[in-house]
Amino acid sequence: MKVKVSVTGLKKSFGENEVLKGIDIEIHEGEVVCVIGPSGSGKSTFLRCLNKLEDITDGKVVIDDYDITDKKTDINKVRENIGMVFQHFNLFPHKTVKENVMLAPVTLKKMNKEQAAKRAEELLARVGILDKGDAYPDELSGGQKQRVAIARSLAMNPDIMLFDEPTSALDPEMVGEVLDTMKELAAQGMTMIVVTHEMGFAREVSDRVVFMDGGYIVEQGTPDAVINHPQEARTKDFLSKVL
Amino acid sequence: MDFGRVLKEALPLLLNGLGTTVIIALISIVAGMVLGLISCLFGMSKIKVLKGLSAVYIWIIRGTPMIVQAFLVFFAIPQLIQLINPGFRLDAFTAGSITLSLNAGAYMSEIFRAGIQAIDKGQMEAARSLGLSKSQAMWKIILPQAFKISIPPMVNQFIITVKDTSILSVIGLAEIVNKAKQYVGKTYQFFATYILVAAFYLVVISILMIISKFVEKKFSYESESKRNRS
Repeated sequence: MKVKVSVTGLKKSFGENEVLKGIDIEIHEGEVVCVIGPSGSGKSTFLRCLNKLEDITDGKVVIDDYDITDKKTDINKVRENIGMVFQHFNLFPHKTVKENVMLAPVTLKKMNKEQAAKRAEELLARVGILDKGDAYPDELSGGQKQRVAIARSLAMNPDIMLFDEPTSALDPEMVGEVLDTMKELAAQGMTMIVVTHEMGFAREVSDRVVFMDGGYIVEQGTPDAVINHPQEARTKDFLSKVL
Repeated sequence: MDFGRVLKEALPLLLNGLGTTVIIALISIVAGMVLGLISCLFGMSKIKVLKGLSAVYIWIIRGTPMIVQAFLVFFAIPQLIQLINPGFRLDAFTAGSITLSLNAGAYMSEIFRAGIQAIDKGQMEAARSLGLSKSQAMWKIILPQAFKISIPPMVNQFIITVKDTSILSVIGLAEIVNKAKQYVGKTYQFFATYILVAAFYLVVISILMIISKFVEKKFSYESESKRNRS
């Protein structure tokens, strides 16, 4: 399997505060990796470094053979290939659902308006909210918003998807619909990196679970190994609190 | 207090002045918005020179009264230019437009800045994560939303700009207050004349407010069906 994401010695500081203290990981094509850990462990920061939403303090991040830590790399081009879904959806409130999905392909001239509209309809059908195409984000429920956000990030045909706690801001009854959408993506072979507190999802869907704490990867392995048979004390301690 | 006489004699004068008032206000509102947007973007730029330029501009305009600015633009600066080009002349209308535009621009700049800063930073992040450049994200995502938030304070500024045209009577601009002053100077019909002037301002500003309500509705983020329901 091809290496999609290769991270070596990744460090990230906010001023004096070092949040990532040296992360090394390789993620392969089609792999679904769930990143778990207590809040403040650096897992969201790690994810945000992968598409350079955070400037990288030190180390190397290579996405699809593009070294994004190299200043000469056009980060906008690399980002076209990496979809990202946020905890708070970040839909564009001044655009309709369909326009949200069409925006990137049209702005970046990947498609003309008709093609983008057709693509948007396909994607909205795929996430099950085709009927809401002309609504504005404020008229949707949280679960619907997050599914639109997933459709929006799929519009550029990325082959890596990053999820930053995609269900944390949702009412409990809406978590399922978003996780189901994500499961489908995983089944279709998408390379996914998911920061999550949903242990059920991690156990069921992921190929690998990564436990982070204090800016390091403490433990990683199959969901069964990490969640059911953790080796490290910190992992055990964390799991005992969330399970 | 002869309203009949004032209406007959002064109305054509006042309407003529009102025309000038409205035209110079419109010019200054449009130019002020452009200047304000440029100044605002300069102010948020990473380039120190642009940032400084914007800061000095806002500092000077906010720190001095408009009447002094008008004197500077109409009398002082032409005097300076005449040292090099003795034939240089600036008419009251041009000088007035420049003064009022610069003035509106500085305040508009701060209004836009507040609007942009009110937008959640997740909007920029979402746009960037889709592959949009910073300027694409700014124009497509941030500015349209910031503009919407800025409508009420902007309308406030538009109203101030309309009223501030009256200050330009001091440099001889033939706007409505100037015309009124000339008329009462000859006839002493203070009450009727100035009531009429006040009424004209009220009408113009009311029209402005009606238009702004319409624009605000136009920019609301609701689909047609929901808007019709509510």
